[in-house]
Amino acid sequence: MNRIIRKRVLGPAVKLIEVESPLIAKKVQPGQFVMLRVHEKGERIPMTISDYDRQKGTVTIIFQEVGKTTMLLGRLEEGDSILDLVGPLGKPTDLQGLERVVAIAGGLGVALVFSQIKELHRRNSKVDCIIGARNKDLVLLEEEIEPFCTNLYIVTDDGSRGERGFVTDVLKRLLDEGRRYDRAIAVGPLNMMKVVSDLTRQYGLPTVVSMNPIMVDGTGMCGCCRLTVGGQIKFACVDGPEFDGHLVDFDEVIKRTAMYWEEEKIAVELLQQRL
Amino acid sequence: MPVPKRKPNMARKKVPMPEQEPQVRIRNFAEVALGYTPAQAVEEARRCLQCKEPRCIQGCPVNVPIPDFIKLIEEERFVEAYKKIVETNNLPAICGRVCPQEIQCERYCLRGEKGEPVAIGRLERFAADYAASLSGSGGRKRIRRSFKPKGKVAVVGSGPAGLTCATDLAKAGYEVTIFEALHTPGGVLVYGIPEFRLPKSVVQREVDNVKKLGVDIQTNMVIGKVLSMDELFAQGYQAVFVGTGAGLPVFMRIPGENLNGVMSANEFLTRVNLMKGYRFPEYDTPVKVGRRVAVVGGGNVAMDAARCALRLGTEKVYIIYRRSEEEMPARREEVHHAKEEGIEFRFCTSPVRILGDDHGWVKGMECVEMELREPDASGRRRPVVKPGSEHVVNVETVIIAIGTTPNPLVARTTPGLALTEFGGIAADEATGQTSREGVFAGGDIVTGAATVILAMGAGKRAAKAIDEYITTKQWR
Repeated sequence: MNRIIRKRVLGPAVKLIEVESPLIAKKVQPGQFVMLRVHEKGERIPMTISDYDRQKGTVTIIFQEVGKTTMLLGRLEEGDSILDLVGPLGKPTDLQGLERVVAIAGGLGVALVFSQIKELHRRNSKVDCIIGARNKDLVLLEEEIEPFCTNLYIVTDDGSRGERGFVTDVLKRLLDEGRRYDRAIAVGPLNMMKVVSDLTRQYGLPTVVSMNPIMVDGTGMCGCCRLTVGGQIKFACVDGPEFDGHLVDFDEVIKRTAMYWEEEKIAVELLQQRL
Repeated sequence: MPVPKRKPNMARKKVPMPEQEPQVRIRNFAEVALGYTPAQAVEEARRCLQCKEPRCIQGCPVNVPIPDFIKLIEEERFVEAYKKIVETNNLPAICGRVCPQEIQCERYCLRGEKGEPVAIGRLERFAADYAASLSGSGGRKRIRRSFKPKGKVAVVGSGPAGLTCATDLAKAGYEVTIFEALHTPGGVLVYGIPEFRLPKSVVQREVDNVKKLGVDIQTNMVIGKVLSMDELFAQGYQAVFVGTGAGLPVFMRIPGENLNGVMSANEFLTRVNLMKGYRFPEYDTPVKVGRRVAVVGGGNVAMDAARCALRLGTEKVYIIYRRSEEEMPARREEVHHAKEEGIEFRFCTSPVRILGDDHGWVKGMECVEMELREPDASGRRRPVVKPGSEHVVNVETVIIAIGTTPNPLVARTTPGLALTEFGGIAADEATGQTSREGVFAGGDIVTGAATVILAMGAGKRAAKAIDEYITTKQWR
């Protein structure tokens, strides 16, 4: 159960693992996630499923080592198993009737939006994809995603790969050029999703964002992942994780995400001392 | 007239159970009540009058033969006493600890009319712990099945209802699989009730006993997501019991509720109990409380949350409850323990707004005082705001323990399942039968948040009905 059959290093501290999980692979839809736990004393963390293979019975997870749990996950090798893997959780992305979509992916976001883009392509939707990263080393999955995109734009903060600037610069240009889209899908850091939503609001372009608040159980029993959407409390794990970007209270989510920073730092420091 | 074999102990009070001292126990998560010694158990057992028509049994939702097991304890046949209990109750170490005996078995005890009733719960706990101390596993042997099972049954949820239903079905000769969404079985017994009231090793022991009966427990399985009800039937399960509980937190819907430092009791208790956040950083899940904590609510969950917060090293814990002490649904014993530990109760007080600082953290809670008027539909006096009573309680953490509602996941993903008004599954009280053939339900998912033992009673009745259904193939 949950055996890692393939592992790849995609970038600095960014890893891909393909995990055997026939039941999850059979059911998962684009946009859904899993909760996982690496060891007996471990915490539960959410991970978006980037890709899946129903026939092989595997799901693919791409993650960045940002804290203790992802660092421990990154140390697992092919043949090792993940202790606990639960899913598929959350609502699938609604991709009905979309003819033209612009996908905006920041950093690791490209891995998280991968399954949606693939599925849109399969449904003959036209997808323009904007990948943004701080520098060229952090541009992920460019070759893998290209075949599924009508147009692919790469933009880096420092101009070391593709254009220089931010994803919003490219998006604004495309919209000003008169490109018409049925929907924008924005996945990436909270700040990025916020500025993209602020921009698309001015153009009246419906925008879906994928939220990644702190979760504990991932099944709706604690409300740790709650956020305000259109003035209502929603639980990202059961009502989301995707929401209308024009209705999300991003400032609140950003504050809530910082809740355990001190503890996260302590955990990483202790792990580094041990290694 | 037969000569009585023994003289009962006519002491009016129960033999006291040793406990950790309040000043010691607020610094640890170890069990507060230490349990009877064999000598204390025998002495208490001698208080039982062995009534010819014992009323205590009617007060027990699973009808444990109480005088019989107490007699065995009195005769120092402790393991036999344990075996007598497990004829009807599969989780005695748990029930002896967490049942509200004062409104169940002990309420009906004749001795309670003049003095305190017999300490049935403490004796049940003693027998279970004694048997476990001998064998390390509750004294039960693994059942080896040489005969063909009578059928296959799936149980969704491994809380008290599911565990009980599964055990009774296994005993009746069924092949049973429990599907649990979390990584550890036990439901509220592992994520909700704290270690100091119910050690997780005790829960583990009882779960192991269930496994020894041949029940297969599959964790990390969210039914409705990974497998649907239809798929369970397609896999050859002839009946499904849904015991998914009332695990959805209710929030207050007042301003400031999403500030950092505001948590549902479910989140707080899950972090502390299931994830062992109190042992961070040895365990990876952090849990954070400020210098001062307010717990809103007056039930057992509120008491548990308040007492956990205290043990995490906070200086001041308030219980904020909108009615008076009399109306509090929490067990008297827990309220007593909480008071001994220094928790401050603010009765007839209701939060109206949570106040935050510039960084989005809680810095206080604005409350109003309430006056109690005539009883409402629930029979409790209706609280009304006292004008001009606004005041701020300075706290850095707010834990909301005002209730939970049924978990809708299975109901939402199962067509043809009739629901109750409050979102639970509609089921026949006597049998657990739902509107869908082959599907039974019981426990909090049907009744809303109630007690461990009531859930066990529902699991027991459903097991009997499932056996009848599979044997006769008759639905209603």
